[in-house]
Amino acid sequence: MKIIETYKVNAFYGSNHVLKDITMEIKENSVTAFIGPSGCGKSTFLRMFNRMNDYIDGFRKEGDILINGKDIYKKSVKLEELRQEIGMVFQKPNPFPKSIFENAAYGLKIRGVKDKKEINERVEKSLKKAALWSEVKDQLNKSAFSLSGGQQQRLCIARALAVKPSIILMDEPASALDPISTSKIEELISELKQQYTIIIVTHNMQQAARISDKTAFFYLGDLVEFGKTSEIFTKPKNKQTENYVTGRFG
Amino acid sequence: MNRLKINRLIDKAFQYVGIACMSIALLILAIFMINIFREGFTRIDWDFITSLPSRKAAKAGILTAWTGTLWILGLTAIIAIPTGIAAGVYLEEYGAKNRLASIIEVNIANLAGVPSIIYGLLGLEIFVRLMNMGSSLLAGAMTLSLLILPIIIVASREALKAVPKTLREASYGLGATKWQTIWYQILPAASGGILTGIILSLSRAVGETAPLIVIGALAYVPFVPKGPMDEFTVLPMQIFNWISRPQHDFQVNGAAAIIILLVITFVMNGVAVYFRNRWQSRINW
Repeated sequence: MKIIETYKVNAFYGSNHVLKDITMEIKENSVTAFIGPSGCGKSTFLRMFNRMNDYIDGFRKEGDILINGKDIYKKSVKLEELRQEIGMVFQKPNPFPKSIFENAAYGLKIRGVKDKKEINERVEKSLKKAALWSEVKDQLNKSAFSLSGGQQQRLCIARALAVKPSIILMDEPASALDPISTSKIEELISELKQQYTIIIVTHNMQQAARISDKTAFFYLGDLVEFGKTSEIFTKPKNKQTENYVTGRFG
Repeated sequence: MNRLKINRLIDKAFQYVGIACMSIALLILAIFMINIFREGFTRIDWDFITSLPSRKAAKAGILTAWTGTLWILGLTAIIAIPTGIAAGVYLEEYGAKNRLASIIEVNIANLAGVPSIIYGLLGLEIFVRLMNMGSSLLAGAMTLSLLILPIIIVASREALKAVPKTLREASYGLGATKWQTIWYQILPAASGGILTGIILSLSRAVGETAPLIVIGALAYVPFVPKGPMDEFTVLPMQIFNWISRPQHDFQVNGAAAIIILLVITFVMNGVAVYFRNRWQSRINW
């Protein structure tokens, strides 16, 4: 089942044309990796799925993005509902300067969930899903900033899971973490794949190869090649893709 | 001498100049305090605090003055703090960032430097006369609110500006509305800076005399204000009145009243600093 479809998507920052005619389909419960050198437009594309680019002055898009068959750039779409469906994890861990519990419960709080029991249950469940529960269950009232970088990032994942999204966008989620924390995040992604559709932007080629089902290679705003990860990394059809994944440039 | 030695010398010299400057400031403050305390401290007793003003220096008290000051302080805080923060939030978070916005920004900064007596004239014309409030506490508080609003607005904007973008993104990414993001995340994160602005501005309001003279606050008020429409006096006016008299006994009264005014300012700042620290320990970066 396809969950995301894009059709001839173009994006501009002012007069700067950063994405060119991107047409793509993404299947449910899969991991898709976006790779490509810096400035190729992959983060911009990722951020279009939950409309985070709306806050950037001079941003403009053409073309359509459909999620579950619905055009998410329609006027009638409510951003709050869209982002309940689509969670996001950022490059640098960005927990709120509040307690661990408050971080995980924030998405529920802003949606007006008042029932203490339900909040407690969903916080516990999402922390468990993010493989963080055993490490923090005795210190839920401590500041989120007392956690290590890797734990903070898993808390950010738990925070996104608590509102029950079906898609999770990850913008280089492990680039600020050490190798051990990185491998934990990667394990977690493989685990989460059972229930969620995950799209991950990464600069780490091995990471893309390890965790993703499909890989999209972007270069200078073009979607150069999109296919099964195994094929992209072993027998790419495009010369540029081959050069990039073998480390000859980028 | 080589470059390295010169650099070190400059470093040391700057340190000593800094210490000297700070010492001068502290020394002047110390001399002032010692002087006031020697003059007025023995005059302070329960009767002084609870007595109405009088023509006889020995019987005169500051009851009406300090109650007036607390009234003015409270009303000004109620009016100016929410307005100032709201204006700061609007300008920083909602208002467009264009030429008009930068003109407004420069002008607000300028307003903070306008002499306070000008605000007094404005208050006299608008609140006392046009809005028919008379020389009441409310008119005084609104005049002082105008005076301190620019300080609160500028401080709020600076504090909001300093909140990292990643915090906003995290909140928006979870589906929070703009208002929820501001209320739950940005304002708490900026509360330290905002509170510092509030402390500074209220400290200024509590010591202001000129604008209140202009709007017609009286130096002699023989009753304690009971509501915001009552006439009033404040400590700085009482002090001004006493100090300008020739009799030495009244000057002693003035010194004693200055001590009370200092105590009120210190207590107020202490409370504010306490809250700021408490909030900041909850907001744990």
